[in-house]
Amino acid sequence: MRYSGLRVVVEALTGHRGWKPVWRDPAPQSHYDFVIVGGGGHGLATAYYLAKEFGKSRIAVLEKGYLGGGNVGRNTTIIRSNYLLDGNEPFYEFSLKLWEGLEQDFNYNAMVSQRGIINLIHTDAQRDAFTRRGNAMIMNGADAELLDREQVRAMYPWLNFDNARFPIKGALMQRRGGTVRHDAVAWGYARGADMRGVDLIQNCEVTGMRIENGRIVGVETTRGFIGAGKVGVAVAGSSSKVMAHAGMRLPIESHVLQAFVSEGLKPFIDGVMTFGAGHFYVSQSDKGGLVFGGDIDGYNSYAQRGNLPVIEDVAEGGMALMPAIGRARLLRTWGGIMDMSMDGSPIIDRTPVDGLYFNGGWCYGGFKATPASGWCFAHLLARDEPHVTARAYRFDRFLKGLMIDEKGQGATPNLH
Amino acid sequence: MIIHHPILGPRDSQEFVYLGDASLMNRPDGLTAGIEAFHDYLYNRDNPAGEHRELWYHEQGDRSWLVVTRNTVTHEIVRVELARDVAKAAGRTK
Repeated sequence: MRYSGLRVVVEALTGHRGWKPVWRDPAPQSHYDFVIVGGGGHGLATAYYLAKEFGKSRIAVLEKGYLGGGNVGRNTTIIRSNYLLDGNEPFYEFSLKLWEGLEQDFNYNAMVSQRGIINLIHTDAQRDAFTRRGNAMIMNGADAELLDREQVRAMYPWLNFDNARFPIKGALMQRRGGTVRHDAVAWGYARGADMRGVDLIQNCEVTGMRIENGRIVGVETTRGFIGAGKVGVAVAGSSSKVMAHAGMRLPIESHVLQAFVSEGLKPFIDGVMTFGAGHFYVSQSDKGGLVFGGDIDGYNSYAQRGNLPVIEDVAEGGMALMPAIGRARLLRTWGGIMDMSMDGSPIIDRTPVDGLYFNGGWCYGGFKATPASGWCFAHLLARDEPHVTARAYRFDRFLKGLMIDEKGQGATPNLH
Repeated sequence: MIIHHPILGPRDSQEFVYLGDASLMNRPDGLTAGIEAFHDYLYNRDNPAGEHRELWYHEQGDRSWLVVTRNTVTHEIVRVELARDVAKAAGRTK
């Protein structure tokens, strides 16, 4: 069923009896040409673009829980393409362009809202760095603006401009950045993939990989063996667990990142704001809650929950930036598991096993990458060669010294 | 998380800096190990869901390195050793 304004009117007049479930719940078949492991944003986007853009069929997505139940439903919904390095910026700008056309493309309301994102500046050195970053963004076809202190003040007069440690001196702004209704991204891709014949198989955990003569022939699952021509793994957070079935050790540690929502407040933050020096970023949801977060907890974790010291740290960052929120109450906090890679950048690549492909290492920046990640992974699966914007996301970049280290931290995943 | 320091007793994990998998103690010999072995040491990790032996540095305490055995699924800490003792038990001089 195609959604449209007319459809809404017709259904309203006929008692809303025509709405149907938006995807099937098929039993797994014995063999598929393409098996995507992971029914989150990236896996569903991969299946969608494989079917739609690359004309492939006989595709299945295997999800151990329910569709969109992992990090695509646990993030803080920000989209942007404000990266510095050549290996990253073209990819994230490709992703932002896909976001801009996504709802028309998959005929689903994902509430893409380009409300703008600012990164606050506190020192001359930081202004120099952000100027350079903004120029790199513009050279790669993205938009960037340097705001001075008074321009920031006009937007958010209630910020603490005269903080003794981090006075606000300006900001780098990307107006095309913003937020998206994250669950709807998973649902839209799932619906679009299902409409094109992709089998979305839930409650189906991969428990092993069958590899014969160096080639993958299928996966063992809790719902039996499923044969596959090619297998693409997109399970960020659990990448090491799943790829261990193929005997691989990854340049990845799993870490927990917490996020927070306050009680609903009247609208007063109309964009996204990052206070990197204070380890804090924030936006305001359409329901009025402040959606914010900070750093990862910093130790290996698969727990999907963090500890109190980071909650305190994030709250302090928020108070330093916006004393006005001091009496707002925290509604809830939660945690998601991040694939923290050794240089802070992702991997979309072949593996030493023929027919087995990997997509992961998204650190805490996977949500904004969802459309391009799906597209580029589908490109790799369909054509056996990387998409032009994802050529740098290789496994062997660590061996060859071609790291994409935006933060310059080296092989310390908890500092990226 | 509370880390039971073998010398100082129970300490808040906030006093510590986390480094990562305790296998980082076993650095290959730079003159004899090949680039592949060094690459594996530096970049690849087991990253288990479950018990994980890891290095914590007591920066705001006695500046000792500890090997903490912790469950990455529950955050439960099951064993804490001085990294020095672990190294000596493995036959190293320090």
